Amino acid sequence: MSVQPSVNKIILHGRGVTGGIAEGEALVTRQTISGWGGINPMTGTVIESRHELRGQSFKDKILVFPGAKGSSGWSAMFHLTRLTKSAPAAMVFNTMTAKIALGAVVMRIPSVIDLDQDPLGIIETGDWVRVDGDAGTVEITKRSA
Amino acid sequence: MKLTEDEKAMLDGAEGAGRQKAMELLVRYGEALGAERFVDTNNIAGVPGSSNLFMRDYYKDIGNGYEAIYSLFDLDSDVIVPVPKVSAYSCHLQGGMDPALWSEQGMTKEAFEHFQKDEAEVADHGIQLLKTCTPYLAGNVPVKGEHCAWMESSAVVYCNSVIGARTNTEGRESTSAAMLTGKIPDWGFHRDEYRFGTHHIVSEVAVSDVIDWGMLGYFVGDAVQENIPVIEGRISQPNLVRHKHFGAAAASSGGVELYHMVGFTPEAATREMAFGPRKPRETVKYGQAERQRIYDILNSQGTDPNVDYIMLGCPHFSIEQMWEVANLLDGKKLHSGTSLWVFTSRSVKSVADANGYTKTIKDAGGLVMTDTCSAIGSVVPKGTKVVALDSAKQAHYLPAMMGLEAWFGTTKDCINAALTGRWNGECPR
Repeated sequence: MSVQPSVNKIILHGRGVTGGIAEGEALVTRQTISGWGGINPMTGTVIESRHELRGQSFKDKILVFPGAKGSSGWSAMFHLTRLTKSAPAAMVFNTMTAKIALGAVVMRIPSVIDLDQDPLGIIETGDWVRVDGDAGTVEITKRSA
Repeated sequence: MKLTEDEKAMLDGAEGAGRQKAMELLVRYGEALGAERFVDTNNIAGVPGSSNLFMRDYYKDIGNGYEAIYSLFDLDSDVIVPVPKVSAYSCHLQGGMDPALWSEQGMTKEAFEHFQKDEAEVADHGIQLLKTCTPYLAGNVPVKGEHCAWMESSAVVYCNSVIGARTNTEGRESTSAAMLTGKIPDWGFHRDEYRFGTHHIVSEVAVSDVIDWGMLGYFVGDAVQENIPVIEGRISQPNLVRHKHFGAAAASSGGVELYHMVGFTPEAATREMAFGPRKPRETVKYGQAERQRIYDILNSQGTDPNVDYIMLGCPHFSIEQMWEVANLLDGKKLHSGTSLWVFTSRSVKSVADANGYTKTIKDAGGLVMTDTCSAIGSVVPKGTKVVALDSAKQAHYLPAMMGLEAWFGTTKDCINAALTGRWNGECPR
């Protein structure tokens, strides 16, 4: 009897920004996220007025989003989430900025960019995602499957 | 990354453990960016070594003095290293409280003593105490083409766009490391090819007053996010204050770090020069409907017209703005139960003191504060429920951070609210 490869798994290939491997449930937004003034670093909760994730926490989630915006306090705020154990488990994003690169470095979490397909079009909140920052891959298991 | 001899030496520890840890962090950061090399910088603006109660408590077992915070947090080191004096020209941006009016801001004596201790450390390390989000108004004015490493999104966008100097929106950790090494990744806005416009913005409405520039900035940031807008249309010569409010707003609703205004900013003498080899990805129109929408968004955070706090000085007021506010308040008194705090740099305040503006504002019942602002310091007068603001940036951040209702309008609308206790602002025609 042959083992069937899982039909539910999708693998995206890109560039690892920061190394390491992490997996978890995806939290997806099509909106960029502000660090300072945009999140509460004690809980990992988005606080920005009118943000679609307002009130939701990215703690231990695979945060899938276009990238960083706003204040230069981005890295320091996300750095604090590492101290409070509220950091995301990994990040998957589309646009490189100094803010997000530095934030990924000091959070010491895997992150991946430049994927061969737009992760925002494929990954949905609740999907199970494995991020390999060394290989630059993102493995998605659809929740609906 | 390809490292030069001096960079390799620092990384190998030849210049001590502090510079070594700084280089290690900068290499990790450069690799994350995909940078191939560093660029030398001798103009750095950050918030080195500052700490809050949470951080000092978190690190108390391993060490939580200035050098410990600088090592463990700023340099992301796992061990505490001696932090040498900075080797590049460095300044401290805004800090946590006013050095004289901290008690009015609700700070404890312990917090103030810590603030003084930190400030002495900053000075001892050779970092200039500008204590402002507007270093370009307090003596640090870069020149066109100069490689900088600045934090503070409103200062970064000013530095790149208005001056034509070169910086990414650096963070606390990268600026603190750059202060010790004089190095920053050669990536993004340091490079010619990165600085061309991506989006074409055409204003169909006349933009001339400060409030209009703030609203246009808020619109542009939302429209282009972290891209590079090229603005044309019915815009008239912006001065420093207009650039300051435009850029701060664009860096809040989006992540704008560089903009071009055709005919007005140094890298945009013509539209062709602003876009260079790039084709605009999109042309976005800013008309009457868009302008009204932005005004409504910025005023969607309040229902109660009874204003108890007026906050001015985001970004920190220029001396021109201090003059304007002093004129509006001259000989008048604030409404009882209404507070007015005006934030600026120590440098500008010293001129405002000499000109009598600080006294005029104080005689009316307001206070002039330095170093911080309501959002940065989380400081508002006790019992504040409804705040009036003349800054789109502050309207973006403060209500969410402090749980306040907020109104946005002109500086004059705000002063009227301070004198009457009521918000009567309307979208200007």
